[in-house]
Amino acid sequence: MIRRQFLLSATAALVIAFPAFAADTVKVGLVLPMSGPFSQYGQQMQNGIKLFMKEHGDVVAGKKIELIVKDDGGIAPDRARRAVQDLIVRDKVDVLVGFTFTASALAAAPLAKEADKAMIVLNATSSGITAANPYMIRIGQTLPQITEPAGRYAGAQGYKTIYTVVADITAGHDAEAAFTRGLKAAGGEVAGTLRVPAQNPDFAPFVQRIKDGKPDAVFTWLPPGEATINFIKEFNQRGLSAENIVMLGTGDLTDELTIEQTGEAGIGVVTTGHYSMAHKSPKNQAFIKAYLAEFPNHKWPNFMSVSAYDGMAALYRGLEKTGGNASGPALVEALKGEKFESPRGPIEIDAKTRDIVQTVYVRKVERVDGTLANVEFQEFPASRDSASQ
Amino acid sequence: MSPRSSAIERLASPRPRPVEVLAWLLPALAFFLVPDNLALGVSIMTYAVAVLALDLVLGYAGIVSLGHAAFFGVGAYTAGLLAVQGWKEPLTGMLLAGAVSLALGFLASFLVVRGKDLTRLMVTLGIGLVVYELANRLSSVTGGMDGLSGFEIGPIFGVFSFDLYGRTAWWYVYGVLILVFVLLRLVVSSPFGLSLRAIREGVSRMPALGASVDHRLRTAFTLSAGVTGIAGGLLAQTTQFVGIDSLSVGRSADFLVMLVLGGTGRLYGALIGTTVFMIAHDYLADMNPVYWEFWMGLLLMAVVLFARGGVVGAGRRLLQTVKTKFARAAP
Repeated sequence: MIRRQFLLSATAALVIAFPAFAADTVKVGLVLPMSGPFSQYGQQMQNGIKLFMKEHGDVVAGKKIELIVKDDGGIAPDRARRAVQDLIVRDKVDVLVGFTFTASALAAAPLAKEADKAMIVLNATSSGITAANPYMIRIGQTLPQITEPAGRYAGAQGYKTIYTVVADITAGHDAEAAFTRGLKAAGGEVAGTLRVPAQNPDFAPFVQRIKDGKPDAVFTWLPPGEATINFIKEFNQRGLSAENIVMLGTGDLTDELTIEQTGEAGIGVVTTGHYSMAHKSPKNQAFIKAYLAEFPNHKWPNFMSVSAYDGMAALYRGLEKTGGNASGPALVEALKGEKFESPRGPIEIDAKTRDIVQTVYVRKVERVDGTLANVEFQEFPASRDSASQ
Repeated sequence: MSPRSSAIERLASPRPRPVEVLAWLLPALAFFLVPDNLALGVSIMTYAVAVLALDLVLGYAGIVSLGHAAFFGVGAYTAGLLAVQGWKEPLTGMLLAGAVSLALGFLASFLVVRGKDLTRLMVTLGIGLVVYELANRLSSVTGGMDGLSGFEIGPIFGVFSFDLYGRTAWWYVYGVLILVFVLLRLVVSSPFGLSLRAIREGVSRMPALGASVDHRLRTAFTLSAGVTGIAGGLLAQTTQFVGIDSLSVGRSADFLVMLVLGGTGRLYGALIGTTVFMIAHDYLADMNPVYWEFWMGLLLMAVVLFARGGVVGAGRRLLQTVKTKFARAAP
């Protein structure tokens, strides 16, 4: 770690010392949560980026790619904004990559727009955010995109009563709406909705209420991390799994890291998501092998690392097409409608909305060869950010 | 008369000393010396306005508030929502932000003055949490967790438009900071300000002098809330974004830490504390994006342990020591 940091700063020092090289480099500003409760995500993303650059070299279209990392500290939009302002004004970056949370991406959007910088958004998931900046591309996921298929799947299963449990914040409300929309499209109906405070992860009363209602299935969206782990455990402890109540959710509910922490309690949870470590494709197997070899201490490459890996892939493809021109308008024009194979499966950047189009998989948590995995068993190909259509 | 009376006279006088005028030219100088760091400068000065306001209630009136982010955020949302509705003129927007927070502060002040320190801490914390949750619930208006965005701010005086580098924002916030400082300086050196200090030092004796304690505390709290709202308005206008974190308890705690770091009850402590905190934060986070919080914590602990009265308090003591040493050396 220290040596890597040293190398980074050494390269930075070199570049400052020899500004003559500047014209031959493309400076990439990374805005990631490197500290605070979401630092795990930042680390995953940084790993994905480093892995891609190790595999594909740091020169593309005759330009050397140079990274400058800034910490946005999690959900702190004004810090993200200042980081972006510093990157543009002080560090003179050409492209901005990162943005884990919608608020950060939206706070940075007007600046990037004014400076004609492309923004490659790796995760921020609220619907339709690419409208905030004509040079914004989203490569990760959108919340409605991965949530609506959960509703469609539930509708097709013929569950009689379905409850929804979501965190009482914007993303929770959006997830509830998208799930209900998908369910209605498949002819189903939500029997009861529960909204739980995001700040207070004591789920016992809520889980008990679900148990008393005896539904066939429960759809859940909670902020990833402590809340999801506690909910899954509580659900299992109160015997809801034993009563065959199916827990449905989105990919972040059973993210590779989370299911490792919930253990047996997570088995049987059905989620819809865009990436599973267990995705069966040669590309994914190669990705995981390379990732584990490169970062033996980070055992669980998840959707964050894949999205960062793909973000760099998109940047490289764009630069190749523009012959190294990294300006926002050129880069984004080149990437509109771009299709390529990612470890998660085929992905496309919508030509009109610049938003991600991808296959959403229905997966179930199972034990495979001794480890817990999200095993994919159904596909919703070419899923879009459904709320903005 | 002992030399102490001159000190008291100076305490009560709002007139600036020459060294102060020079000190106030430093930010202007920084504009030209570090033109690449304007964004940081704008942030520092914006928060400094809020921390100055907090100093009025904590440093002078002795009320510990963990809810000042409520007024800060309400100011920010007011300015932001005005701009969303098409009210793009920045000066009136900022003043309205202050006015709305002032009104909220006035209502809250009745609750705050009841009870003693710990009760006040709880009440202000409660106000902060209630306002935060309201903003979260009213996400159709405030944007909830995604924040309020997509608004533009018109040029100042219809001439100076906000730019990418933060040049206009810099002079705008600098100007407001000076005005706020002058206002607060006048307030704290007025009889009213002196009575606040008297309340802080001996609350039970004040009624004996025929002074209404509650009334004075309410006035101070209301004024402080209004100024904090102005800071929030500045944040919204200079960043074209309002995040819900501007209402969070964490933000209130940051204000408190900045103030204690610099030293309470001096106004300059607020300015220096904010500057030191923000620069250290920026510098450490750049140096090591992963573990910078460790160094930040160490710095704060060092100040609390070794620099009583914050940076300003320690500086003053150091100056005193040097002076006495010299006085002894010279026969």
